[in-house]
Amino acid sequence: MQPVTKAYYHLRRVWKAIALYLVICGPGIVVMVADNDAGGITTYAATGAKFGYNLIWFLVILGPVAYFVQEMTVRLGAVTKRGHAEAIFDGFGPFWGWFSLLDLLFVDWLTLVTEFIGMTAALRIFGVPGWLTVSVVCLLMGVIVLNGRYWTWEKIAIAFCALNLIYIPAAFLVQPKLSDIIGQGLIPNFPGGFNGTLFFFLMANIGTTIAPWMLFFQQSSVVDKGLKEKDIPWGRVDTLVGAVFTVLVAVAIVILTGTVLHGADVDDAAVAARMVMQTSPYAGAMMAIGLFDAGLLGAICISLASSWAFGEVFGWAHSLNTKIREAPWFYACYFIALISAGLVVLIPGAPLVLITLFVQVVAVTLLPAALVFLILLLNDRRTMGERTNKLWENLVNGGIVAVIIVLSTLYGLSTLFPSMFG
Amino acid sequence: MLTLAHTIRTMTAEFVEKIRSINRRYATPRIEMSGPVRVALLSLRIYLLVLVGLLVYKFVITVAG
Repeated sequence: MQPVTKAYYHLRRVWKAIALYLVICGPGIVVMVADNDAGGITTYAATGAKFGYNLIWFLVILGPVAYFVQEMTVRLGAVTKRGHAEAIFDGFGPFWGWFSLLDLLFVDWLTLVTEFIGMTAALRIFGVPGWLTVSVVCLLMGVIVLNGRYWTWEKIAIAFCALNLIYIPAAFLVQPKLSDIIGQGLIPNFPGGFNGTLFFFLMANIGTTIAPWMLFFQQSSVVDKGLKEKDIPWGRVDTLVGAVFTVLVAVAIVILTGTVLHGADVDDAAVAARMVMQTSPYAGAMMAIGLFDAGLLGAICISLASSWAFGEVFGWAHSLNTKIREAPWFYACYFIALISAGLVVLIPGAPLVLITLFVQVVAVTLLPAALVFLILLLNDRRTMGERTNKLWENLVNGGIVAVIIVLSTLYGLSTLFPSMFG
Repeated sequence: MLTLAHTIRTMTAEFVEKIRSINRRYATPRIEMSGPVRVALLSLRIYLLVLVGLLVYKFVITVAG
């Protein structure tokens, strides 16, 4: 009887742990999967088409990088009970506070426009006109946030995250050879030598993996959810699971386009989906659905990141647990950003390609600043107490931040001056 | 018209006062301004100035060209 009793209690403990995880999970998974937004999907599709499976190893490395950066926001949010914008104001004063807030607002809005570009392009494949996509998306996103509960919003967002995994079966549909994926993809290599084009693609992949809005979003989300210091281990697991998902999706997209479109020049995920459709209609359709979902997830998170940040600094009620009449400015920010970004996409002849390119450059200006603030805040013993960065964490996180700053700066420069790196 | 102008003036004044109150609230940075922190913030200022300068330069030559 004793082994049975032991097994029963062991099973109960495991089940309790899973149940606890299911309660606490959310911010990490949502932010990581939303990281594969419309711009991200385009980057991965272009990477697979250009270099086949050869850069899969690089995407695998980016998973832990994203995890280590985002994990810091979990600790900061759980300990300080403050969002990232408020933490910067409080820690560094009004100058850096306003700089970060306005930069975030600007980059978020431009990124939101690119999400609408992705969503309208994806549904246009199925014959849905742009105006209908924008209208339905705005309505849908309104319904998602106006229920007045963070928990409901989060579970809906996780459902959209699950849909983002559609790229994995799509990759299987095009029947890639496992031996090729392992042989070419998992052994670090620089296809064609380290040249300007390869450098640009490596930078673009880093740029899509770590974005400024992710720091602001996850920290605010941790606060809104009410995670406490004791929940930090589970917050880490949540972030880790999200990082695994984001890498899986990125690798699946590279496998998909690397199998079907290897050698083609792709600079638009919707165009890539149409091209894949010619070889495998179902895989192409799944790619288009995934692109729409990626844009939607990105839009949900980015518009919330801005609204949370403004609410924190201006002292407005800024929780998804509040009704619209209790937090009118919070929801006003959310809808103004959303609707105005959607309308830009509908302007005939709007410079959408220029906007997409501009987003990358402007995001570069915020990313190093946000990362430096993050490291400094995590080293403030008065605020963080025993959750202050340890030496090894500073070495790992500091190293990651230093590399990201150098590379993202070079990426910004290469976008501004395309002939710079040959 | 007068009422509208008055409303706009009042709202603007309230907004400006709100900004001032935020500036007052966060006037003293909580982070201890140690040597490494000062160096990091100074480097960040220089970095941003250079990058914004390059952005403006690129904008000017694009418009002029």
